[in-house]
Parts: sequence; C-alpha cells; structure tokens
Amino acid sequence: MNGPLHFLAITELAPLIAAGHVSSVDLTEACLAEIAAHNEALRAFITVTADEALAQARERDAEIAAGTCRGPLHGIPVSLKDLIDQRGVPTTAASRVRDGHIAAVDAPVTARLREAGAVLVGKTNLHEFAFGTTSDDSAYGAVRNPHDQTRSPGGSSGGSAVAILTGMSVASIGTDTGGSIRIPSAACGAVGLKPTYGELPTDGVVPLSPSLDHVGPLARSVADAWLLYLVMRGDAPGPGASWADARRVSGLRLGVPRPYVHDILDDEVRGRFAESLAWLRQAGAKTVDVTIPHASDTAAIYQHLSLPEAAAYHAASIDAHPERYTPNVRLRIEMGRYVLAEDVARAERGRDVLRADVDRALADVDALVLPTLPIPAPPIGAPTVEVSGQTESVRTLMLRLTQIFNVTGHPAISIPCGSTSDGLTCGFQIVGRRHDTEALLAVAAACEPRVGP
Amino acid sequence: MSEPLRRDHMTTEEWLAWAEADADTRGLPELKPLLAALAAAQRRLRAADWNQDAPRGSAPPGEAAARPDAPESRP
Repeated sequence: MNGPLHFLAITELAPLIAAGHVSSVDLTEACLAEIAAHNEALRAFITVTADEALAQARERDAEIAAGTCRGPLHGIPVSLKDLIDQRGVPTTAASRVRDGHIAAVDAPVTARLREAGAVLVGKTNLHEFAFGTTSDDSAYGAVRNPHDQTRSPGGSSGGSAVAILTGMSVASIGTDTGGSIRIPSAACGAVGLKPTYGELPTDGVVPLSPSLDHVGPLARSVADAWLLYLVMRGDAPGPGASWADARRVSGLRLGVPRPYVHDILDDEVRGRFAESLAWLRQAGAKTVDVTIPHASDTAAIYQHLSLPEAAAYHAASIDAHPERYTPNVRLRIEMGRYVLAEDVARAERGRDVLRADVDRALADVDALVLPTLPIPAPPIGAPTVEVSGQTESVRTLMLRLTQIFNVTGHPAISIPCGSTSDGLTCGFQIVGRRHDTEALLAVAAACEPRVGP
Repeated sequence: MSEPLRRDHMTTEEWLAWAEADADTRGLPELKPLLAALAAAQRRLRAADWNQDAPRGSAPPGEAAARPDAPESRP
C-alpha cells in the first residue's frame, strides 16, 4: 500500500477497518480535509454533508468496537452525484431550477449504500441535469480536471471522478445516459461501470432520458466498482467475503470493432489503445476483429430517443422558469420539442437493430474492447477540437464511443490505460453481454493490471 | 408551437423550415443551428437501411426478406 489512507482502494481499506486498525472517523476527516483544501478550485462538490458524515463515521467505528462489521463498505467515505436523492439533503441536479428542493427519502441505491455501512460525504457537481458531457454547464461552476485545471473532467458525472482522484471520497456513484460515468472516468483516470440497463433502480434519481438512464459506480479499481455494483443491486457481500473473481487473461477472446470506432481517434489515444491490446495479447488473450454494422447510425438514433424524453420531463419547468436553466442546456431541452413522433418510431427500430448488431459482435468473444473516448480531456468551454485533421464537435466526440451501449443496454466499463504526453488520461472500454454484468467485471478485472500505465 | 404542425408527412427540408420559423416566433433564434444539426440526424435516420424510408434495395443482404418493414412489404 502506498500513499495516504484515503487514497487507497476499498479492498485495501476494508480489512483495516474491520480489524480496527483504521477508523472511519479518521478516513472521513481526511476526505473532508481534501474537500476543504481543493473544492474551491476544482468544484467537485455542490453540497458537503460533513456533520452527517462524521456522525455516520462515529457510528460505524462504535459498531466495530462492539464487534460488528457490516461488510467491505463499512465506514468507507462515498459521494453521490447530485442527481441522486439522499434524505434531508438538496438534490440540485446542478441547476437553479431545483432551488429549495430537499430529498424526503433516500433513493433505493442510497439506502442500500447506507445499509452496507458507507459514509455519505456529499453530493458531487455535474453537467446541469446530466445533459452534457463536459460538466461545464453547471449552476455551481464548471468542474475542473485535476490533471490540468484548464481542461474538462468529462461529464456529466465530472465531480464524482474528480472526488475519487483527489481523495475527496474513496468512491462515488454516478449516472450514465450516453456515457456520463465512463466519460469522466476516462478523462480523469478512474474506473467507471455502466451495468446492464435496468439492473440498478433509478427511482429517486432525477431522470434525463428514462429509456437510456443507468446508475453505476466510479471507483479506484474494478474490484471496488464490483463491490459497489453488488451493494446497489441489493446483494451486498458480508464481512470477509470475496466477490471479485477475475478471469485469467490467457484464453480471453476479445472482439475489436474497428470500422467507425477507429475512424476518428486522437493519435495518442490510438497509441495507448494499441499498446493495451499488445500487452493483453502478450499475456495470452486473443483479439479478433468484429463489426457493428450500423454503428454510424448511433448518434441519429440516440438523439431521437434522448431529446424528446428530456423535453417531456422538463416541459412544465422550462415553460415556467426558462431563465433558471443554463443557456446551452435550455436549448438542448427545447430541441426535443421539435422531434417528430414518426422519427422516434424510426429510432426505436434503430435501437433494435443496434442491439442485434452488438449481440452478434459478442457472439464468439468474451467481450468487446474499444477506447472510451476518442480524444483526451478537452479544454473547458471548447465547442470543437481538432482530431484526425478535422474540426469536430466536442459533444459529438465525447459521446461517439459510449452512447451506443446506452441505446442497446449492454454493460460497459472504462478502466485507465495510460496517459498522453501532456499527462491526460485515456480509457479502455470493455463491453459485455446483456444481463451478465458480473462476467464483464471478471474480464475487466483480468485486463486491469495489463492495460494500465 | 406557434403554428399548427402539419399532419401529412414532412420532408426533412420542410420540417427544418417549419422548426426554424417556429424558433424565431418563440424568440429562440439561437436554437436554429441546433435544429440544423438535428435535421442532419433526421436525414440519417430516414436514410438508414433498416427503416421504411430507406431507398429500395439498400437492406443488408439476407435481411430484407425476413423483416416486416422490408421494402417489399411497405405500405
């Protein structure tokens, strides 16, 4: 183990807490000190629940002293994206539209984390209503990337990724409608899991597009993400239990979709991905080229599904208080009002086609592998960037390789796979079969030590 | 919306002209570049080989005959 305790993984901390060698109060105080020191610059948190967190931590320490451990999450400081209800605390969605809101009850995922012993340290900043990929448009200020504060941390769960990276919390819970867990994980160097669609409850979570919304963990390791996923699913491991059963790399069959996916890639991102594949092959994995024939239709399908769903949710409030939205988010919501019903029907047909494409691509392999983001973290506020000799929209690029798995519902995870020469992190995305998120996690746990820096 | 939406099928060009005019009427001219981008997505969606708007014969080999919305069974 290296570094301060609050930078360790849950798997490292859990036995220390269970044995009484580390107190939850000390760990929580260390996270709160990081928030106090760095949040003004990084804007990772909107609300810090310091008093409540310390009270929870004292209770968890008292339980350990009395011989009771709830499980591996006992006493671990965890943050929640400020889209997820925590009783007695505002859920702002990073918007002035939500001024005055206080959650009456925990969202089911929050309640399960609390029951498993997590200490809830606060609510993290995000792109307003999760309707963006950069965390720039927030009523509480743009979130900054700790690797380079002129850069975006990705979004929409940008504050969650920053919190993990800077020791403000040991893990965080985010949401993912087009990549909002995996994108900031890649841009900051964290692990981010989007489970199979529908596995984790989204009740008590402000929706963006209900047919695409997922809840999932951001963490420091695949094993930590696996634990948080199990807890939120309602299958919390008991004290001393093991849960992260990695596959062997040798013999893994990994499908590499190249057409469309590799058409637009930053050179350094392409390089880190190629190196990762080479290391996995060296360790005994087999890689085979596969195709997702209609991948290039994804953005058109995604827009015609997500925009009208978002417009429906915001219809009343955007008419009553349009000035309370940040300008870009307001316009994106307004766009949804112009989508024709017949085009939504076409997009639903497209969803079926894409799902069948991805199912076929997975038929003879254990998982698909592709970069999470085609570019490193973009400058804050940049509408476009240069890549592959062309000027491209940042939003389009950020969603390009992740949104397809929101449309199809396949589970997907991003793990760190090195950095660019400027020190900006890259993500390696692994995609598994629907309704078998744990098989994906077993593959990711096998790949994790091979693709890192 | 300021003007009633037509009930017959609109081409993408007709839809965009209507949407842009409506955005102007509502005092949202900054919406027009986004609507133009949405029009491009709409064109792509309607031209995709898996839906009823696709040009005849564009379905992937072996799939057209098995699909209820294949060109042969269009209304």
